[in-house]
Amino acid sequence: MSAGTISEDEFEGSSDYDENDFEDDDEDESDTEFGQTGDMGFQDMITEKQRKKAYEVDFSVLPLADIMAAQTSAASHVSGILGVSLQQATALLRSFKWNKERLVERYMDHSQEILNQAGIVLDDVHTPVLKRPRGFVCMICFDDSSAGPALGLRCGHVFCQPCYEQYLTQKIVEEGECRRILCPESGCNTIVDEETIKKAVQPTVIAKYQQLQDRAYVADLDNLRWCPAPNCENAIDCRLPHSSFKTVVPTVLCACGYKFCFGCGLGDHQPAACGLVKMWQKKCADDSETANWISAHTKECGKCLSTIEKNGGCNHMTCRKCKYEFCWVCMGPWSEHGTSWYNCNRFEETSSTDARDQQAKSRASLERYLHYYNRFANHEHSAKLDRDLYTKTEKKMEEMQRTSDLSWIEVQFLKKAVDVLTSCRMTLRWTYAFAFYLARNNMTDLFEDNQRDLEVAVEALSELLEKPIEREKIAELRQQVLDKTVYVGSRREVVLEDTAKGLAEGRWEFFVDFSK
Amino acid sequence: MAKPMFARRLSKELKDLAMNPPAGVDIIDANDFKVWKLGLAGAPGTLYEGEKFQLEFNFGPNYPLESPQVLFVGDNVPIHPHIYSNGHICLDVLYNHWSPVQTVASICLSLQSMLSSCTSKERPPDNANYIKTARANPKHTAWAFHDDTV
Ligand SMILES: [Zn+2]
Ligand SMILES: [Zn+2]
Ligand SMILES: [Zn+2]
Ligand SMILES: [Zn+2]
Repeated sequence: MSAGTISEDEFEGSSDYDENDFEDDDEDESDTEFGQTGDMGFQDMITEKQRKKAYEVDFSVLPLADIMAAQTSAASHVSGILGVSLQQATALLRSFKWNKERLVERYMDHSQEILNQAGIVLDDVHTPVLKRPRGFVCMICFDDSSAGPALGLRCGHVFCQPCYEQYLTQKIVEEGECRRILCPESGCNTIVDEETIKKAVQPTVIAKYQQLQDRAYVADLDNLRWCPAPNCENAIDCRLPHSSFKTVVPTVLCACGYKFCFGCGLGDHQPAACGLVKMWQKKCADDSETANWISAHTKECGKCLSTIEKNGGCNHMTCRKCKYEFCWVCMGPWSEHGTSWYNCNRFEETSSTDARDQQAKSRASLERYLHYYNRFANHEHSAKLDRDLYTKTEKKMEEMQRTSDLSWIEVQFLKKAVDVLTSCRMTLRWTYAFAFYLARNNMTDLFEDNQRDLEVAVEALSELLEKPIEREKIAELRQQVLDKTVYVGSRREVVLEDTAKGLAEGRWEFFVDFSK
Repeated sequence: MAKPMFARRLSKELKDLAMNPPAGVDIIDANDFKVWKLGLAGAPGTLYEGEKFQLEFNFGPNYPLESPQVLFVGDNVPIHPHIYSNGHICLDVLYNHWSPVQTVASICLSLQSMLSSCTSKERPPDNANYIKTARANPKHTAWAFHDDTV
């Protein structure tokens, strides 16, 4: 079991660390590798690093073996108290969603009822029937021969063994059922107990059954959640009450390297809270058709109202008729935009409202949504392009490593840079969903400044990575990339700190109530 | 198509159905262990008296561990609060309350009793919307069962 909080250098994490020291590892790395850069303001971040950050939560990673051990230990405790077998204690705990205290308390007064509910038979008189009774007909396959094994629970509904096995296999393998597998008889509520199941089915099905039980155990406990990464068998233990997820974004990092939200199971979506994410995703799904239509179609010039078609990628539009220059996204005059496209990171409510008033009101609100949506989507897309670029570059680096005196460690800076870039883009992406719902007040200016700083830093690093690599200049490039990587990481931290603190302090006002 | 171990069961069901059909039920077409077509006549003294309906049963390889796909087909789909105009039937034993001891005959009996207890011939209130969005196989619908008093 490893305890940890995510720190900025999670991109260090991969399969090669020992689970017990992954937090320490993180700290060490950041001090040695990134600590000495003299970037302004970065020194503050280093000091801050010692404390837990506002956007971090406590959690631990539990491998499957620990999950199984926890069940056994709870069961052996209960079996001691109630005087039942380990297996029976396990079944009892399952039917009480692993709430030991409640089980023991209720069992004292209503033991028989509770045993029945859990499908447990304590006495020998009611153990399963294994022989075919006289005049037997299996009501599943209609076989009426008197030979061959059969199976029936204490309810007396007997079926032939092959049918029972097929039935249980169907329930477990096809339907993923493990908690309440009932007697095959129509309307019979007798639960097939674990012992009977294990006797009746193949070992592979028993393994699947056990896996389902482990799944159900984790699902039963509020403080546990499986890591959603494919093929990962770890669970995360996070003791925060779920009610706090309105104001905390519980991002966790599994030992497998996957970072995700403990609250909802989606990939890391800081700084947006789970409720906001849900609402945004629903909006995106609902609006995608209309949005596609609108974005594919024309607009009217803010001045002369003649129809303008967007045909290039640039947002700088010039009306063919009156030569009015404006921004395609916010419809505001281009003169206010400076020279860089990312200056339109805010949907200036004042300077462009007049221009947009000429458009239909509904269109304006859709455009507002599109503004944020396009940026949201753009970072996802760009992160993919960054990855593609990295794959290409990686080959080149490998070659360099073979032909020059650079060591493996020394060529790792590109991987780190791309990893930081990706996580920054993911953060940026969610800042746009966050901003979409954010009501403007005097606190939001700082947020938008931070967002823009991160955006500029991200694009600068991205651009740097696109530069062709020349062998003579590799040391220089490496230093530049390292510096920019540190800087981008620190900008991300600023955004996350500010938004997380704001959420905790109730500083943000949102248009909508996403706290359910 | 049923697995060999269950083919025997279907052939027995077919034989029983031919010899001892439940009231109002007749076999229209049952040439394989994949799809059967049965006729169902509205019972005398009910709102459906004199009407003829057609039922289609589709058996998967896991029948009877899995329920068959059952729906009304043809021109006359009974007008009933639990039967959609596309032939889909809202009846729990066909979906989550299926048990492998259920048979084609027992399903026919359930349907007969569902029709017989009907007091007013009307479509489910969400019919228009449902038939627009429903998949062809009613087993893919997430059924929220209407009250079973009708
Ligand atoms: Zn059998
Ligand atoms: Zn039974
Ligand atoms: Zn994992
Ligand atoms: Zn979440």
